Parts: sequence; C-alpha cells; structure tokens
Amino acid sequence: MDIPRYWRLRNQRYKLEGSRCKACGKLFFPPRQICTKCKKREMEPYRFSGRGTIYSYTTVYQTSERFEKQLPSIFAIVKLEEDVLVTAQLADIQEWAVKIGMEVKMVVRKIYEEKQTGPIMYGYKFRPLIDVD
Amino acid sequence: MQHVMKPNRPVGIVGYGAYIPAFRIMSRDISRLWRNEQDLNYLPIEQKSVPGADEDTITMSIEAANNALARARVNPNLIRAIWVGSESHPYAVKPSGTVVAEALEISPHAVSGDFEFACKAGTEAIQAAIGFVGSSMADYALAVGMDTAQGRPGDALEYTAAAGGAAFIIGPAEQAVATIEGSYSYVSDTPDFFRRAYQKFPEHGNRFTGEPAYFHHLRNSVGTLMEEMALKAHDFDYAVFHQPNTKFPVKLAKELGFTRDQIKDGLLVPKIGNTYAGAAVLGLTAILDIAKPGSRILAASFGSGAGSDAFCLSINNQIEEVRTLAPMTTHYVRRSVVIDYGTYARWRTKIIQT
Repeated sequence: MDIPRYWRLRNQRYKLEGSRCKACGKLFFPPRQICTKCKKREMEPYRFSGRGTIYSYTTVYQTSERFEKQLPSIFAIVKLEEDVLVTAQLADIQEWAVKIGMEVKMVVRKIYEEKQTGPIMYGYKFRPLIDVD
Repeated sequence: MQHVMKPNRPVGIVGYGAYIPAFRIMSRDISRLWRNEQDLNYLPIEQKSVPGADEDTITMSIEAANNALARARVNPNLIRAIWVGSESHPYAVKPSGTVVAEALEISPHAVSGDFEFACKAGTEAIQAAIGFVGSSMADYALAVGMDTAQGRPGDALEYTAAAGGAAFIIGPAEQAVATIEGSYSYVSDTPDFFRRAYQKFPEHGNRFTGEPAYFHHLRNSVGTLMEEMALKAHDFDYAVFHQPNTKFPVKLAKELGFTRDQIKDGLLVPKIGNTYAGAAVLGLTAILDIAKPGSRILAASFGSGAGSDAFCLSINNQIEEVRTLAPMTTHYVRRSVVIDYGTYARWRTKIIQT
C-alpha cells in the first residue's frame, strides 16, 4: 500500500469507520459512496462498535513476502453487532481455539511492515474477549 | 528547599488502563537453550510476556489507552496531550503518540511527543502530564508507559525483557479515581544500562545495575518523598516499585520498611517479566484494580541512565464505579498462551535471514 492510500484510509483502519446511508440507514464497511439498497448518494461516516462474532474462518500458510512474518495467519469473516460482515485477521489466538460464533473485539495491530525502511501499516484485527471487555 | 512537587491545581488519575500481550515464554525454556538448565535454582522470574508478531509499542499503547479512556469517561477531544514513554518506539523518527491520538479520536487539538528514559519513560510522561494539567494548560493529558523490551539472545536480560504497559489519563483531582498528593524525581548520570543508536540490543553493567543504579536512585526518590511528606512506610496501604526481577523490589521494599503484604499486589514481574517503561505503572494499575477508597499508594519507577520518579497517591470513591469498565490487569496477566523458544525467536526477529 502506498503512503497516500494508507493515510487516506486511516479512519477505517484504526477506528472501523464505515458509512451510513442518510436516506435508508443501511450501514457499510468499508464505506461506500452509493447505497446499494436505495441507490442514494447521501452517506455519512459511521463508526462501528468493533464487537462481533466469528461467522467463518480459515488459516493461511502461504502468502506474499510482506505478510510472511505473521504466518500462519487466521483470517475470519466477522459479523459485527450492527449486522455487517467484515473480513479481517484474528489476533492472540491459535487455530485450535477458534470457534464459529465466538465473540470477538476489534483491536489495532500491525498489518505489515514495508521492509526495513518503509512505513509500518496498522489496522484492524479481531481478538477474543477478555473478561469484562 | 522543598523538593517534593505539587501542582497549583490538584490533579489525579481520572482513567487508567493496562495492556499485556497474550503470549508467554517460560524461563526454564530459555535456560534449557543457553544454560542447559544449570541455573534453574536461581532464575529471576517464572515466565515473561512476549508480544505477538503483530504487536509493538504503538498497538499496545492503543489498547491500554482505550481502556483508560473507557474508565475516564471523558470526551477524547478534551485530552490535549499524548505522551508515550518507551525505549521501544517502533519508529526512530515519527511519534508513537500521533497514531494513538488518531485511533482514540484525540487528534488534532493536542500536543504529542515520545519520551525515552529507559524504564522510567512512562512515569516521566506522567510527571509532564501532572504539570500540564496542574498548570491548567489543559484539563486532561494522556501518559503511557509501554515497552516491547529486547534482550540479547543468551544474555541475562533475555530471561526478563518482556512486553506490556499502562496508560493514564491525568485530570482534575475532583474527577480523579486517585489523587496525586505529591511526586518527586531524582536523576544522576549513571551509565548502568544503555542502547546506542542503531543497535538492536542494549548493554548493561551487570552488578553495577544494582547498588549504584536501581537501589541508589529509588532509595533517594522514595526516601525524599516520604520524608518531605512526613509519611512512614506504615502510612501506605500499597507500594509498587520498578521490578526488573523479583529480587530487587523485594529487597528494596524491606529496606524501606514495607512489608510483603504491601507490595504483593503490584509485584507482577514473576508472571510477566520486566516490562521496562511499563513495569512500575502496570503494578500501579493492578493496585488500582483492588484498592479501597481512602487507601494510600506509593509508586516509584527506576530508569537506567539513571533516575527515579516517586508518587504518593490516595484513592477516591469514584474508583468503585470505573474498575469494571475495562479489563483488569489480572485478566491480562492470567490470559497466557505459552510459546516455545523457536516461536519467540522468530517473532522477536532474533533469527537472521539472509
């Protein structure tokens, strides 16, 4: 990812900011310009709570060089409590412990480092709940 | 001359939050690799925390700061300073604080800069925040002490160099869960431990890190604070000191007149290791999780190079309302996924790939 793109997307990467259709209320993540339901173009930013459950998951063992340090990685489709699906990596958990329906919470983690000298890309992942989370 | 520092406007901790990574490596496994288990009888701790491959001081600071914000129940826009104290800032040039500020929706109306003072960078940030809020320049300031400490493979420090830390939102005393009654800082040029620019691992002076460094500076910071505030060890309900291993804080506490009971709740090092800038402040969060209103706490850090910050805090009634608004420190201590040395070496980039 180039630096301007990373900078432009920081609200969705750090804060899970999507969009909400002002006309019909439908929520989107990532944010969209046009509502897929009512086709209106009046959208406003919407920050998702970051809480959800695991809808499905898979483990990735082969990937491009920039993600190799974190392999194997567990990718999940998370159903947010606002009923929107988002694909993200899971954190702090090993594959044997992952269960469909498990409650998770969004956290900010390193996605990858652009080699030794480039920027560090941070973004959302999901981890299991800790007690009073 | 009065040495203890008190701001014009009384201030305190309005929100606090801890963070410790989920992963642990057993000291026994480190010993097996480097010492053939010949030192099992005198290992400095049982196990230490290890950051995941996707964690660094910035990501950990965000989670601790989010916990602090949940407990503080203040609008993040009102927080006007973000100071992250660490010796493991991910960037050499580019502040850690701006990422934290962005993620917490604190930015843009804030000052932000990184603090570095070995293991006392976090309390240094707290001292600055006390001054910032105490002078009424702002109502709230966020101070973080967080580290992903590195130890050279096979070095004595590898047993203890761990990851974790805590975040504090400093604000007006009337809103505080703990009022800061006074603080004192003591520094001298003592090269007991350091890391030169561009070096991956620090160097230390072996036994020199004890008496002239850790003990001398803490003895003076705590001694001066207690003397000038006319307090004795028995006037405190809890005490927490920087904890590079189990032995040092226990020995210091005894020398200063504190009992094992007073220090046991803040002594996390046997289970998570030395979290450097996070060590004393994490111990403080563990105490804040359980202390009753009216209790008095002594918290003192030590940073190599060298210096010590000592704080006297008193717990307010509001503490009971905020504890359960974020995960407690013991919850982070208890979640524990044990990994082997190979995984640890890979994640901590101790394996050189050419």
